Amino acid sequence: MTEAIIGDPTKVFEQIREQLVPYNKNGIELTEATDINADLNIDSVAILDLLMNIEDAYEISIPINLLADVRTVGDLSDIVRRMIDAQAEGGAP
Amino acid sequence: MNKYVNNSGDLFDKFNALDETREQLLGDGVNPFHVRMDRVKSATEAVIDGRDVILFGTNNYLGLTFDPACMEAARAAVAAEGTGTTGSRIANGSYALHQDLEAAIAKFFQRSSAIVFSTGYQANLGVLAGLLGPGDTVLIDADNHASIYDGCRLSGADIVRFKHNDAADLDRRLGRVPGGAARCLIVVEGVYSMMGDVAPLADFAEVKTKHGAYMMVDEAHSLGIYGEHGRGNAESDGIEEAVDFVVGTFSKSLGAIGGYGVSDHPRFELLRLASRPYMFTASPSPSNVASVIEALRTISSTDEHRVRIWQNAHVLHGDLSALGLDICAPPGPIIAIRLDDAAQAFAFWKRLLDQGIYTNLAVPPGTPNGISMLRCSVSAAHSDQQIEKIIAAFALVAQEFGLAA
Repeated sequence: MTEAIIGDPTKVFEQIREQLVPYNKNGIELTEATDINADLNIDSVAILDLLMNIEDAYEISIPINLLADVRTVGDLSDIVRRMIDAQAEGGAP
Repeated sequence: MNKYVNNSGDLFDKFNALDETREQLLGDGVNPFHVRMDRVKSATEAVIDGRDVILFGTNNYLGLTFDPACMEAARAAVAAEGTGTTGSRIANGSYALHQDLEAAIAKFFQRSSAIVFSTGYQANLGVLAGLLGPGDTVLIDADNHASIYDGCRLSGADIVRFKHNDAADLDRRLGRVPGGAARCLIVVEGVYSMMGDVAPLADFAEVKTKHGAYMMVDEAHSLGIYGEHGRGNAESDGIEEAVDFVVGTFSKSLGAIGGYGVSDHPRFELLRLASRPYMFTASPSPSNVASVIEALRTISSTDEHRVRIWQNAHVLHGDLSALGLDICAPPGPIIAIRLDDAAQAFAFWKRLLDQGIYTNLAVPPGTPNGISMLRCSVSAAHSDQQIEKIIAAFALVAQEFGLAA
């Protein structure tokens, strides 16, 4: 899975969007600008669980510290993309 | 008119959602998070709102808060050394009692070093923020206590969560950490404070050894209860050798306040110069320290409290299960009863208090997996008669709620 999405921002976003479906209780349209907390109303524990699922989907390590900079779905996609690229190169991000 | 009313852009606006949830759940009635105990009469009895209440939710596992020897030690320390230390050990110096307590804890755990902190929360904050720094990675159980999360955040280390009590999941995530496990610390708890479930420490120890990481175990809810000598779950599981750091509290089994970290690492003492939650806070007061020394002496010299809490735990767990209540874990010091939702849990909690039984209401987001429950804690000091009253009250309320078997 990892190899297929390196350098492909659209694919990462699409896959994150799929991961978010169970949390999208009101069925709003998910875009890069969707605010994870305000628009989706995901609580602080649920977002940590979501991050675990993303780590497993891509078989990478994403420290939860990085969530401090995440507000939108686009922010989350950027971080995941960055971590995939960094860890595919075999080094620390 | 209140000068804070009608402000736009108030600092407290960030709590609007919290405020709304609180209103919905509690209204104007009794607030389960701000119960006033008019008077605490013993380790298991208090007066709330003019009524006698049995305490079934205060973590007073061994009932030592009213132990005559512990109380006398505290009284003697106040008489000899006053009410407080008025500052940190770095600035004001250590009282001999602080060092005596550290020696007693190190001896109890059979470790070379022990450091005392002013609260249990600060023990996790101090050990984690002291040990870890940027470039290190800490792997934490998803259900770890807030003090562990906060200590990790304060440290600047990379924080990776693994699934609760899942050693295979830890193994996978540890394997993904860039750069290997040499600077990785695994953090788990012996007994989990909300559900009362026990960690599979032998499995974690195996993963730890396989990867060459460090491991810390928080024995806050297991000290004095698990293990032949009461050293906690690492002792009962026979894996103390694999545990590099033990953290715990004085505020549960030992009946006072404060916390500790112990280790055999030859450089553990460096934390006294590197751990801000140790350095920049007032040291524990003499009476508090003296009572903890006495409590440690008590649990080292007799197993009567340990035997009694297990007897009580088995009776309470068995009888509450027989009522048809859904208990989250096997018998132990914590009995967590799962209920349908926050509103039902709150109503159940309130009815129990009406019947003279005090428990803890636990609702999301403070609980794992969004469950709502009543969290009860067993004490060695609960008498047979009190246990009968507790069971009778639960039977009545469970019946009222249609939950009885």
